[in-house]
Amino acid sequence: MSDIHAYERAETAPGEAGFGDYVQLLKPRVMSLVVFTAMVGLLVAPVHLHPVEAFAAILFIALGAGASGALNMWWDADIDAVMRRTRSRPIPAGRVRPGEALGLGLALSGISVVMLGLATNLLAGALLAFTIFFYAVVYTMGLKRWTPQNIVIGGAAGAFPPMIGWVAATGHIGLEAVLMFLVIFMWTPPHFWALALFVKSDYQNAGVPMLTVTHGRRVTRNHILAYSVLLAPIPVWAALTSIGGPLSLVVALVLDAVFLAGAWRIFRRDDAQAEADGYRVEKSFFGFSILYLFLTFGAFLAEAALRPWGLGGW
Amino acid sequence: MALQPTHELHGRRFGRNLGVGLLLAGFVALVFALTVVKVQQGDRGHADDFKGGAVTPIDTASAP
Repeated sequence: MSDIHAYERAETAPGEAGFGDYVQLLKPRVMSLVVFTAMVGLLVAPVHLHPVEAFAAILFIALGAGASGALNMWWDADIDAVMRRTRSRPIPAGRVRPGEALGLGLALSGISVVMLGLATNLLAGALLAFTIFFYAVVYTMGLKRWTPQNIVIGGAAGAFPPMIGWVAATGHIGLEAVLMFLVIFMWTPPHFWALALFVKSDYQNAGVPMLTVTHGRRVTRNHILAYSVLLAPIPVWAALTSIGGPLSLVVALVLDAVFLAGAWRIFRRDDAQAEADGYRVEKSFFGFSILYLFLTFGAFLAEAALRPWGLGGW
Repeated sequence: MALQPTHELHGRRFGRNLGVGLLLAGFVALVFALTVVKVQQGDRGHADDFKGGAVTPIDTASAP
């Protein structure tokens, strides 16, 4: 029983993490958003895949997202250990060694890209490879620690899944795919900057140049409003294309009104007011932003689901 | 020889091995299902290979 004795002596026994620890490396909560948006991109496309191909496509897109999550955790282990929100992740908590996360990330990257290319088409596989590269190298290794615009440009990585889903079905990048990409791309900055407003000390301690740290909280509030204004027309435009219809147009207009009202309230406040009520407005805006994305894509999905009965679409 | 009590470490190893085993079995099943679907659909990925006269199909009827 020398393995147990060694295990009990060591703080971290190499390779003795549980299965759940490796699942955690793949950032399952992020994966669930990727699964949803990729599924919408695939199902609203005018070309329909065989159910087995569609299942495989969504699975491998999600696996690719998980792979980039593992590579992100490998590279960011030092700052994850400093931040309260991330210090219980498998690497900073000592349950998984960094090399294991790197190996898992690289292996899953290769498997997901090759399998998506074989299951659907080469363009979808290439887009997934670019997304993993963009998130793991451009965002994680480059932008995140270098510029306060990290969230803006890094948001592109999270915006690709619906486009990959669309391309997996159709084999080409259409206007609708670009608009779905833009919805997430423009939504990401206000979503994360709202979070940064009420977890300010964490980013500061980790030395991550969030806008709140480098340019101040007043500028961040201005940016949230500016990006919310830029975001507003995109779901409306998407609702007017082939993936939209009256339902998604109404949903987009209502969601935009609530989102802009929230951004306006954040803009009008200062930190003294926010401190006084425990960042109530910022927290509710952050929570609503998740609902905004879910309902926007849910409306596109509903249009596609209603189409066979002559109800969805224009 | 007396039986050793199961250590927590062994339980974790079993869970990990079971998880990996199930994932591999699922992967094999998925690849098999994809293969069946692709074969049933025909190889659409190479449907355009003969366009443009780059490759001439062999005329088996007139072959000696």
